[in-house]
Amino acid sequence: MTRPGRTAPAKPRPPAPARREPLLRMIALARPRGARFALGVLLGAAATGAGVALLGVAAWLLATAAQHPPITALSVAVVATRALGVTRGVTRYLERLVTHDAAFRTLADVRVRVYQRLASTEPVRRFRSGDLVSRLVSDTDATQDLLVRGLTPPLVAVVTGGAAVAVCTALLAPGGLLLAAGLLLAGLAVPLAAAVLGRGPGRRQAVARGELSTALVDTLYGAPDLVAYGAMDRAVQRVRRADAELTRVARRDAGILGFGAGATALITGLTVWGALLLGVAAVAGGTLDAIPFAVLVLTALAAFEIVAPLPPVAARLGAVRASGERLFDVLDTPPAVDEPEHPRELPAGEPHLRVRGLRVRYGPDEEWALDGVDLDVPPGRTVAVLGPSGAGKSTLASVLFRFRDPDAGSVLLGGTDLTDLPVDEARAAVSGVPQDPHVFASTLRENLRLARPGAGDEELWAALRRARLASDVEAMPDSLDTEVGSHGSRLSGGMRQRLALARALLAAPRVLVLDEPTAHLDPDARDAVMADLLAAAAAAEGCSTLLITHDLAGLDRVDHIYVIADGRVVEHGSHAELLARDGWYRAAHTAAG
Amino acid sequence: MKPLDPRLVRTARAVRVHLAVTVLCGTAATGLVLAQAGLLAHTIAGATAGAGAAELSGAIAGVAAVALARALLSYGAETAALRSAARAKSELRTRLVDHVTGQGPGADGAASRPSPGAAPGDHDPGPVWLSGQTGPDGTGTPRAGELVTLATRGLDALDDYFARYLPQLVLAVLVPLSVLVVVAGADWISAAVIAVTLPLIPVFMALVGWHTQARTQRQWRLLNRLGGHFLDVVEGLPTLAVFRRAKAQAAIIRRVTEEHRRATMGTLRVAFLSALVLELLSTIAVALVAVEVGLRLMYGQLDYETALLVLILAPEAYLPLREVGARFHASMEGVAAAEQVFAELDRGGPAGARPAAGATAEPVPGTRERAPLLRLADVSLRYPGRSADALSGVSLTVPPGRRILVTGPSGSGKSSLLALLLRFAAPTSGAVLVSDPDRPGEVPLERLAVAEWRSRIAWVPQHPYLFDASVADNIRLGAPDADLAAVRRAAVLAEADGFVGALPQGYDTRIGERGARLSAGQRQRVALARAFLRDAPIVLLDEPTAHLDPDNAAAVRRAVTRLLAGRTALVVAHDRGWSDVVDETVRLTAGRIETDEARAGARTGGAEAAP
Repeated sequence: MTRPGRTAPAKPRPPAPARREPLLRMIALARPRGARFALGVLLGAAATGAGVALLGVAAWLLATAAQHPPITALSVAVVATRALGVTRGVTRYLERLVTHDAAFRTLADVRVRVYQRLASTEPVRRFRSGDLVSRLVSDTDATQDLLVRGLTPPLVAVVTGGAAVAVCTALLAPGGLLLAAGLLLAGLAVPLAAAVLGRGPGRRQAVARGELSTALVDTLYGAPDLVAYGAMDRAVQRVRRADAELTRVARRDAGILGFGAGATALITGLTVWGALLLGVAAVAGGTLDAIPFAVLVLTALAAFEIVAPLPPVAARLGAVRASGERLFDVLDTPPAVDEPEHPRELPAGEPHLRVRGLRVRYGPDEEWALDGVDLDVPPGRTVAVLGPSGAGKSTLASVLFRFRDPDAGSVLLGGTDLTDLPVDEARAAVSGVPQDPHVFASTLRENLRLARPGAGDEELWAALRRARLASDVEAMPDSLDTEVGSHGSRLSGGMRQRLALARALLAAPRVLVLDEPTAHLDPDARDAVMADLLAAAAAAEGCSTLLITHDLAGLDRVDHIYVIADGRVVEHGSHAELLARDGWYRAAHTAAG
Repeated sequence: MKPLDPRLVRTARAVRVHLAVTVLCGTAATGLVLAQAGLLAHTIAGATAGAGAAELSGAIAGVAAVALARALLSYGAETAALRSAARAKSELRTRLVDHVTGQGPGADGAASRPSPGAAPGDHDPGPVWLSGQTGPDGTGTPRAGELVTLATRGLDALDDYFARYLPQLVLAVLVPLSVLVVVAGADWISAAVIAVTLPLIPVFMALVGWHTQARTQRQWRLLNRLGGHFLDVVEGLPTLAVFRRAKAQAAIIRRVTEEHRRATMGTLRVAFLSALVLELLSTIAVALVAVEVGLRLMYGQLDYETALLVLILAPEAYLPLREVGARFHASMEGVAAAEQVFAELDRGGPAGARPAAGATAEPVPGTRERAPLLRLADVSLRYPGRSADALSGVSLTVPPGRRILVTGPSGSGKSSLLALLLRFAAPTSGAVLVSDPDRPGEVPLERLAVAEWRSRIAWVPQHPYLFDASVADNIRLGAPDADLAAVRRAAVLAEADGFVGALPQGYDTRIGERGARLSAGQRQRVALARAFLRDAPIVLLDEPTAHLDPDNAAAVRRAVTRLLAGRTALVVAHDRGWSDVVDETVRLTAGRIETDEARAGARTGGAEAAP
């Protein structure tokens, strides 16, 4: 592979960051917002600490009062008690605001990072499925969840737990140790053990739930087929069996999941009991006064509030960690398209697109998706690439759109290799309608201006007219300001495709690439859209068109047809030439009637 | 949204059992809280008064016993709650599935084998798909996905409701009241402080809650739009890349997320107020009680043990309220899911499509080998909630063995015609009449035993639904007892044997959810194999080759030609490419059959279009 202006394709990628713990890496994402999180932890510690201290100070107050001292001896404690009563609520409120704010700010950082990485890696193949995209988005948002619920509570627990243990140790050393042990068990050991124990039931239930979900999907989505073939009762029986299995698993495993609650209660009770036992012995032995004794026992009683938020954190860590792993998987992916080191400029004029010996595969062990494709799109002409699904058509489109680099061969535009152009310049020259073009949840105007940000309404209307969408838009009450809804749900399938075409025409590329522009349309809309597409393409001046399709409709109106199968061109020629030849095209036409 | 939905209690027996167990556990837990406080106060005061470990050993052992008992109770209550939750979810799910599939307990027998006494409407198809939306894509409706989510993840949120929320709700009633009674017996002033502050908490929380809700609802659209922006942009990344807008979007993402943060923080500042009120009131009350008790203790109006008891109990009165508040929102998701289930159950079947109960089913004219004569007499069909007829005044006679092509633009009522014959829908006016050609007398379709009637039909929808099962089981859909040889014969006729043989486990290969392992054309051929195996005298085909690439379309055409031979058939297709395999062509426009002259014109047009 010798392409001028580019280094060898095997150039070393920057080494992937060492595989560190994803949870730590997620937390590290919050580093720029460290001060805010620290403030949050301080406020949280003040809130939790105030709650524990309230009972400790109150115990001191009572134990002292029981000795009937002068009122002045109590005044500090009285003031402190009231102050603590107010502190807890106010600091908790502030803590929640500060940590949520910091987490949101971090989320903005993370989203931008994820987005930038996605934009520079191949944006199509790996994330094509809608489920994967929405999972990636929720994985990104999981960072926020981790920071609000997973980072602050443990840190607050460490600070306040440490303080409580220190106070108790000062009062009675064994009592402090006991409390430390109790807090560690209830705050760390039990939640982790419960999380580990919960994995088995979680897995078993996930399997059972998966079966149930599949049975339900089959029954509800397949209802017409099931009813027509008299098979509905069997399908419902299958749902019942899956449901019974899930219920059985859930009921059997309930005991394992109850462990955490029981163990926490036991540790709390036994720690208080131990503190009482130690205290009574120390008081009887004369090593502990009555006042610190009361403080010790009531502090131990109140201290378990410190670790109460931790079990839910531990239970969620597994899921958050999995989110983090998937997230860093994306962030660590190297770009699929390299910017040329010595970019060239595209010469002016109407360029001839030549594809020569193009080979692409998606991994070293995979079959060639494109295996030496040659094709020509002369200036001003309309050329179609036809083939069954899996022939390599979308791979060709992703090379032309610069979503990925060729593994071998070249795409030449007016003699210049597409990969020698800056990526954005290549996309300015070769653009169009990608497969499943996205319609953004915005207005028609914004969706159109994507392709030409400065465009005035006149230009937009001109493009709409060429895409035969103008009269529909005029009929809408808000005209260009019509909100199209998420995924353009307020438009029909045909209107979405026409909108995508209008957008592509506005971009005014030199080569217009249309990748399956009529997929998912019903047959009537398909024929109408295809006819209008080809008319608009033919009318576009100084622009050649490459139509990628699996469908024979309208192909009699293109200048040249390439039939590809299994990544190779099997035949090419005009509609008439191909019909005259005894090949795939004629067979397909005959079959379609 | 009510904290305890009466319908939930009425519907699921498991819920009633759970409520009883929860109240019992709650009572025991309340007793243990009081016992622990009493024992602790007694021991601390006793030790302070000079009692030794020996004298206090009973109380200290009591503390240990209470600890053990509380642990066992927590464990038992949680376990029982999760077990009840599992059962209650199962009950709700079963009722939901029965309802939406029309497979209620009474319908079982009749659905598979119609007995002479069975009501024809026994097999109520249910509202999931019989909503006039079975239409063009043929596979269920958008609501199917919603229902699956509701029956699985939605109902799972009830775990939280049963295991965390309801027990706390019981405690939130029992504990404060018991504490109040005990404290009142010990020190009425403290009891007064608690009695005044406790009711303020729910009042203030409700006030703040209403305010928040109003504010959130005002902001809801904004929050939703800002929140969905990132997903929208990531999904549209290829499109953005094509138009060189990918890089510019990064700044927009930051800006929108910032806007989202500001808007959300505005809501949170108010939303967190309810927690602030709760914490403030509860801790201030405890502080007030502590100071008051301390002063009275100093002046000798109270003994140390009583003072300690009051101090230990005071926070306990507020704790369950805080817990209920914290768990309210998470558990309400479960309640919302349950309410959705009830709404679904209330929706009921489409009454119009059902004949009067008690009518007797008549035997289906014709036999499994010989098709009856079908006559549509001035049939109109309007789906509920629609303003226009899907079919209006359609009259059509289909003698046995006649193959008819129904063409027309999308939305012209082609698929509705098939839906009528399948009894997925009933005519709004007019009638579909069935008769044995050799005998006199026509029977309206809806008076026939529906399952037996459908067993005379092989239907291949535009997007046949394939199940997550083996290829063989998918082909066996309408003939569960067919042996593999019969399945293979059907597959050979449907041009499916070749690619099925190439699958790793042949006919035993599981084809994934919705037949994901197969291409659209292969799925179509499996569905045709289904129809061959069904071997029914009437064949209904809906757009057999739309969306297929030429290779697959050719294979499907060969199979369809074979399937139509010797059968009565209605083939729905938008183009006229099928006219050479049928006996007659009917064109539908806007729900009406076009006149003969127009049809003649259409035929000529079809002939011209053919190469």
